Amino acid sequence: MRQPVSTKGTPENQRPVIHASMSPIRDADFGYEQARHLLWRAGFGGTPRQVQTLVSWGPAKSVDYLVDYREVPSEAVKADRFDKDIMRPPTAEERTQMARARRERDEEALNRLQQERQRRERLDRTQVSEMQKWWLRRMIETGRPLEERMTLFWHGHFATSYRTIENSYHMFMQNEFFRASAVGNFADLVFGIIRDPAMLAYLDNNNSRKGRPNENLARELMELFALGIGNYGEQDIKEGARALTGYTFDDDAFVFQRGNHDEGPKRILGRSGNFDGDEFVKIILEQPACASYITRKLYHTFVRDLPPLERAEDQKLPPEVRGAMRDLASTFLRARYGIAPVLKRLFLSEHFYSPAFMNEQIKSPVQLVVGAVRSLNTPVRDLSILNDALDLMGQNLMFPPSVKGWDGGRSWINTSTLYVRQNLMAFLITGKKPQGYDPSAETDRYDPMPLLEELALAEPGAERRPERVCDYLLRLTIGRAPERAMRPLVEFLGAHGDRVEPDHVRGLLLLITAMPEYQLC
Amino acid sequence: MDMREQMIYTRRRFLGQGLLMASAAASVPAFVGRSASAMSERLALAGLSSLPGVPDDHVLVVCQLSGGNDGLNTVIPYAWDEYYKARPGIAVPAAQAIRIPGNEVVGLHPQMTGLKSLYDEGLAAIVQGVGYPNPNRSHFKSMDIWHTADTSGTGDGWLGRYFDAECCGYGKGESGTPEAGADAGGDGMPGIAIGRTAPLAMHGRGAKPVAFESADLFRWSGEDIHESLRGPYHEANRRGREAGLREESNASFLLRTALDAQVSSETIRKAVSSRSQVQFPNSGLARELAMVAKMIGAGIKTKVYYVNHGGFDTHSGQGGAQGRHGQLLNQYAEAMKAFYAELKKQGNDARVLTMTFSEFGRRVSQNASQGTDHGTAAPMILLGPMVNPGVLTAHPSLKDLDQGDLKYNTDFRSVYAGIVEGWLKAPSKPILQGTFKPFDIVKKA
Repeated sequence: MRQPVSTKGTPENQRPVIHASMSPIRDADFGYEQARHLLWRAGFGGTPRQVQTLVSWGPAKSVDYLVDYREVPSEAVKADRFDKDIMRPPTAEERTQMARARRERDEEALNRLQQERQRRERLDRTQVSEMQKWWLRRMIETGRPLEERMTLFWHGHFATSYRTIENSYHMFMQNEFFRASAVGNFADLVFGIIRDPAMLAYLDNNNSRKGRPNENLARELMELFALGIGNYGEQDIKEGARALTGYTFDDDAFVFQRGNHDEGPKRILGRSGNFDGDEFVKIILEQPACASYITRKLYHTFVRDLPPLERAEDQKLPPEVRGAMRDLASTFLRARYGIAPVLKRLFLSEHFYSPAFMNEQIKSPVQLVVGAVRSLNTPVRDLSILNDALDLMGQNLMFPPSVKGWDGGRSWINTSTLYVRQNLMAFLITGKKPQGYDPSAETDRYDPMPLLEELALAEPGAERRPERVCDYLLRLTIGRAPERAMRPLVEFLGAHGDRVEPDHVRGLLLLITAMPEYQLC
Repeated sequence: MDMREQMIYTRRRFLGQGLLMASAAASVPAFVGRSASAMSERLALAGLSSLPGVPDDHVLVVCQLSGGNDGLNTVIPYAWDEYYKARPGIAVPAAQAIRIPGNEVVGLHPQMTGLKSLYDEGLAAIVQGVGYPNPNRSHFKSMDIWHTADTSGTGDGWLGRYFDAECCGYGKGESGTPEAGADAGGDGMPGIAIGRTAPLAMHGRGAKPVAFESADLFRWSGEDIHESLRGPYHEANRRGREAGLREESNASFLLRTALDAQVSSETIRKAVSSRSQVQFPNSGLARELAMVAKMIGAGIKTKVYYVNHGGFDTHSGQGGAQGRHGQLLNQYAEAMKAFYAELKKQGNDARVLTMTFSEFGRRVSQNASQGTDHGTAAPMILLGPMVNPGVLTAHPSLKDLDQGDLKYNTDFRSVYAGIVEGWLKAPSKPILQGTFKPFDIVKKA
């Protein structure tokens, strides 16, 4: 049933409709807007043809296609894609050399060794920026958009920064780990993360041993990765840290150092035993808070912004939102922490397609960049410039600002990031580089005309009429075509006579992508 | 007053001050380019500026010397023989160090006559031996430690936490949630960094700084492509609101921010295109400070500006009284001298306190390449008519070293605390996430 909720106040302040129902949306209700919404939220948007394809498939097949993406071919990542040895630990021989140089106070040798170290560090910084570009290209090109969306989701959830660990290959391993379990099982992710060299280094567990445990990983496992604040105590952190002692790595592989592990009895979250790290994780996963914590974050990412958990303001959320979150949490439990079933239930639900949620989410910088290339079909342009722009917009891949990841939502937007966003779109559409780069424009010309093909098919002749073209492109890009936004655009397009030339359509897209609404999806 | 009311109150207060808000926007350009006194009068009349000394009026400028400035060749400990023994090739001869009246131990690098003249006017304070426990010698890590005011180098920036707590941060509208964000958008610009990206120091939980390398970047580049784009672009971005959209929606938030961006861009570009009243030298830092002075002069309500002076990683051939490092110091001193001269002509000098720091100092002994490697404690320099002038702490011992490095005697967070409490008039404990004795930097009113 599509019952509007009660409304108060002036029509202007009416609360937009939120459907309470988590039942599947009916085929008849799944039109262009719904398919477009699904493509943006579960992926990075789509071309008009892709949107039309989903419409013709209907919701069930579309959601299956997006979530069960293993059927879709994808470029395998070659194990030797990146050099794994740049930051390898010193060999026995190198260690001997180092020790000798120290003993003999051989300044020259020490200097040489230090310079070699610095050379490697520089190489590694180059490699991590190659990795950022590699990932960005992968997101742009993949046939499995949800796989990359979820890889990015886990990167922000189990946030680890290259800035701290200074080992690009470990970042790459972690990235591949997230991709492999992207819509798999949450338990695998948690058991895996306490064995992940990048995370072990980032949260100092490699220095945690019996007698002097480091609490960092134990704390974040409960606070940020699985339970949320308020669902554990300080004592649980202390005891959990003891359980994790000895979990470390050597070069690129996880190592359990029995000698450094505290085997004594512990009491964690009400359970007692001589727990190790894996048993600690198991206890965490048995907590009722876990399912609702993770599904809440998925909801925040795919449906609408939620207040930060520490404010505990969920009681003020609309009842339909709270109901949907409860439903997803129990789906997650029934699926024994399977992620795909939760996403499917969400993406199929009437609730997901509520008018209140459509075109009301602020695109992350990655969504903006990747989504623009994919949905408008612009040239990819110089990946280094795109990557720099991500940093300027606040989402430097592999460098999340802290273990909390990116806040998202409105925190992406201020007056200066808004200009970066608008100017990046101008670069994609025209090839004119942002200021600060060499001033020659990229020669690859963007042809926007294929975007109009679906319009011409549906309504022959409309592709030559300025009002129809503006209306169509607005619905594609910002999801709606408000009268006040239409008028200046139609005037702009109409000023060039009654022909619609590629140059004019590029101009029109420049204007549309610079509209404040273009930042929403 | 319940929380909600308080939020609204804080918000309103801030909006009231925000020159960049839509409501005040129309009057902005009028202030620009007027003579200083006439302008402050107008600002005062408009209720947009308060009297000097009143906290709202205070501006902090942070100057970062990137790469690890060699403190020992900045403030020269000429009275210590150990200094000359450790640095046979690069020490500044005692005869050439600029003497500081009343001080028999240290002098200034001879290239810093500009700083000496600020010192003579009572505008300069030098805090020696500033550092932190267990010094980290990685540029990135140590910089992060200074930026976060946390010895793990993780978390939000210290200035970001100040913005969060005092003007526009979390729980004050810019929270990223539809419920709390009802009146977000007109956050003004609590911090402006001149540079490609904003420094970590200015990133808060909610507050995000504005950064631009030149004011030219702070605008839409699309309008250069064809003039016919300009009109429709401005129309779309100056709507501010739209009938039928709920105020608390993200769409409304974006419309407001877009309008803010247009107005800020105009204000800033107009401010920056005005002429300086004094001649600034020709260096990157001087250009950045000239921009900052113009923005201050135009009455932009930004509390913190951030500028950067790079090139201090002098591992080889750094020079002594002459040479590369001296040149960097010369650029620094001359730029600051011009900056305060400009501010004085504007009548704004007493409103501006400048803090200079670097991620670490350098080792006491020179290396084999006539340079110095990464070290620890170093001096900080504070400038402005409202600082307690003088050399405020003793130089760390050159005899009692920690594996060849100076031992710090002042924690940098005490200096931050002094600035937060004494200048920004905010409690330092939540901002620095710990208790640090505020260093006595600011003159008592």
